[in-house]
Amino acid sequence: MDLSYSPEELAFRDEVRGWLKDNLPEDLRRKVAEYEELSRDDLLRWHRILAKKGWVAPSWPKEWGGNGWNVVQRYLFEEECGYAGTPPLIPFGLSMCAPVLLKFGSEEQKKRFLPRIYNGDDFWCQGYSEPGSGSDLASLKTKAVRQGDHYLVNGQKTWTTLAHYADWIFCLVRTDSESAKRQEGISFLLFDMKTPGITVRPLVLLDGGHEVNEVFFDDVKVPVENLVYEEGKGWTVAKYLLGHERMNTGRIGGSKRELAKLKEFAAAQSKNGRPLIEDARFRDRLSRVEVELMALEITNLRFLDQMRRSGNPPGADVSMLKIKGTEIQQSLSELMLQAVGPLAQPFRPVDAPVAARDDFDPFVASLAPRYGNMRKTTIYAGSNEIQRNIISKMTLGL
Amino acid sequence: MDFEYSEEQQLLADSVQRFIQKDYDFEARKKIVASETGSSENAWRTFAEMGLLGLPIPQDHGGFGGGALDLMAVMEAFGEGLVVEPYLATVGLGAQFIARAGSKAQRKTILPAVAEGRMKLAFAHTESKARYNLAQVETTVTPNEGGWLLSGEKRVVLGAPLADKLVVSAATSKRGFSLFLVDRGAPGVEVKAYRTFDEMRAGDVALENVQVDKKALVGKKNAGLALVDEVVDFATALVCAEAVGVIKSANESTLEYLKTRKQFGVTIGTFQALQHRMVDMFITGEQARSMACLAASKADVAADADDRRRAISAAKIKIADACRHVSQESIQLHGGMGMTEEMKVSHAFRRLTMIAQQFGDADHHLERFAALA
Ligand SMILES: Cc1cc2nc3c(=O)[nH]c(=O)nc-3n(C[C@H](O)[C@H](O)[C@H](O)COP(=O)(O)OP(=O)(O)OC[C@H]3O[C@@H](n4cnc5c(N)ncnc54)[C@H](O)[C@@H]3O)c2cc1C
Repeated sequence: MDLSYSPEELAFRDEVRGWLKDNLPEDLRRKVAEYEELSRDDLLRWHRILAKKGWVAPSWPKEWGGNGWNVVQRYLFEEECGYAGTPPLIPFGLSMCAPVLLKFGSEEQKKRFLPRIYNGDDFWCQGYSEPGSGSDLASLKTKAVRQGDHYLVNGQKTWTTLAHYADWIFCLVRTDSESAKRQEGISFLLFDMKTPGITVRPLVLLDGGHEVNEVFFDDVKVPVENLVYEEGKGWTVAKYLLGHERMNTGRIGGSKRELAKLKEFAAAQSKNGRPLIEDARFRDRLSRVEVELMALEITNLRFLDQMRRSGNPPGADVSMLKIKGTEIQQSLSELMLQAVGPLAQPFRPVDAPVAARDDFDPFVASLAPRYGNMRKTTIYAGSNEIQRNIISKMTLGL
Repeated sequence: MDFEYSEEQQLLADSVQRFIQKDYDFEARKKIVASETGSSENAWRTFAEMGLLGLPIPQDHGGFGGGALDLMAVMEAFGEGLVVEPYLATVGLGAQFIARAGSKAQRKTILPAVAEGRMKLAFAHTESKARYNLAQVETTVTPNEGGWLLSGEKRVVLGAPLADKLVVSAATSKRGFSLFLVDRGAPGVEVKAYRTFDEMRAGDVALENVQVDKKALVGKKNAGLALVDEVVDFATALVCAEAVGVIKSANESTLEYLKTRKQFGVTIGTFQALQHRMVDMFITGEQARSMACLAASKADVAADADDRRRAISAAKIKIADACRHVSQESIQLHGGMGMTEEMKVSHAFRRLTMIAQQFGDADHHLERFAALA
């Protein structure tokens, strides 16, 4: 057994680290570090920097822009991005819609969409969840009726992340409400967000921020050529995506950065005239999370090693990474909030934007909202309860 | 032993609850929070009429002479309704200083005015580096012929933007600090107002050579700490009771959701994984209530100060943990809905998050408790 990276892997990591250091724009780095909202332009700017370098879609086939990295390299790259604090690469186009098109799309669909996804010309969002269908996605009701050369779509999606930025949305819709198995009447459709009949309504979250939306479809006409794979096979497509390799689910790089920031922050807070970081109680709490993170990192590497040997996608192991990774992210945000003590309470100045108030520390004021916002991580992308159900069924056979 | 409220306490609790249901529901509260001052004068007048503002004020000054136990039911109801008016700042903190240590003149001018709803107060104590240490005061005092000049910077003063007068702590000697009554509008006082994460109003208070006269001193010179310790314990007991109400509201909402939200063809409350989580939240709520009872009773009749401190810290440890537990789980069990501003439970989350750290987080009180054990 040898837990260390090979010299080649280390060299690769250093190369990525060095490049990120030189190429991550300072304003974007600062925005991420200070939990500021990233605009559409911010997200796309970073996307395009990576696209130009050839690093935006490592896992795609080479002909479409993939760069042939193996799973360890891909993992290292993603964790280095997290550690450097780059803006996230929005997954909806790059690692959700594109893999689906690569596996199930027609040649025409690939040609039409993949280059634009690669270059960041189109911003995508994901239309799966509905008010009545969250964990139980297969109960979805949004209806698509075939009428000649188009589908007529009526219904509603919800929790649609960044739909207000999006040019396109991929949706699961019900094309057949008669079929005996509800999974069989579902299809995978691509919509241009400019199509008449689509309305996007913001949903404000508990931190006061706007990142998710409701999306309403009222007699929306979607051309038949935007159907991916076959009618009624949408569930197969969706399941493929869920099983798709996602080894950065644990967000270890990002959590390492948050941990470092927490240490720095706690060193700057004072408790009875000493830095808070020297307080045994606080230090213990912090160390516990650090140990959790170490355990997660090594678990992740074990899975990666298995995956490299077997060539198989990770399966239910990803659920474990999701559970532990999100719990760690939440603990870190909670400790940040605890570190700031009574100064956690200020939220927004009255009558003035934060920027206009030099006495108001926007970073300190972002800690409580950020802690609240991080509660989403155990709910979205398959809630942690659903992840436990998956391990229980698939791994343990219960 | 008797854990029941007295008939009077129960009647009062019922009337506060009725008021909240009728005039302070979630929609009404939203409007108040969004309003210019973030506080309702109508509600405040009603509090006065119901006797809530005079409840812990001595009878000879227009109040009812009640204690923390009498306020418990009120605070619990306020917690359930997520009331945002500066009741804690005025009644739980400001007026307590005057009632316990104020001069005759101070008591006469301030207490009846508070009880009648004509005056609001705030306690300006916490400073940048103090964290939860009540003894750490760096605001300076310079004597002059008129009395004293106060200079310093107070942080997160709850209710400051709404207050008429502030109770300000300032270091009168190396060994101790004193408390002064200061008009919020006095020259040299600047309140930088903001909304808090839990949707109330607070502010940082800058004091620059603020002139106060000899009559402004509250209590004995240099003896501020013992008084602050006592009053903050009293207010902590109130916040514990408030937390019980917020927890009740979050638990009820979650239970209701488990019974009505359907996924996989059944209500999600049929999943045993969630049933046990709900049971734990319920147990946490009961334990929190027990400790809130202890805190309130010791705030009123502790044998000595250490007895009181131990009980209050024990209660706050349990309450802080309970706040975290219930707020996090109630969001989780609501799924995406719990994350939205549209649901009351997300506002309960915000208040519980802040109560967990108000007047000291669990670590602070663990340290205090352990030192007294
Ligand atoms: C910030 C955010 C962003 C999102 N972005 C998107 C997006 O871009 N696109 C999209 O399609 N969706 C998105 N979602 C939706 C997300 O996928 C759903 O919220 C999630 O699937 C849970 O569904 P729900 O909210 O309806 O909760 P429900 O399914 O109603 O669940 C409520 C509670 O019950 C639990 N539960 C449900 N079933 C079981 C079970 N069988 N056993 C045990 N417990 C169970 C859940 O874990 C949860 O705690 C987002 C959600 C959030 C909060």
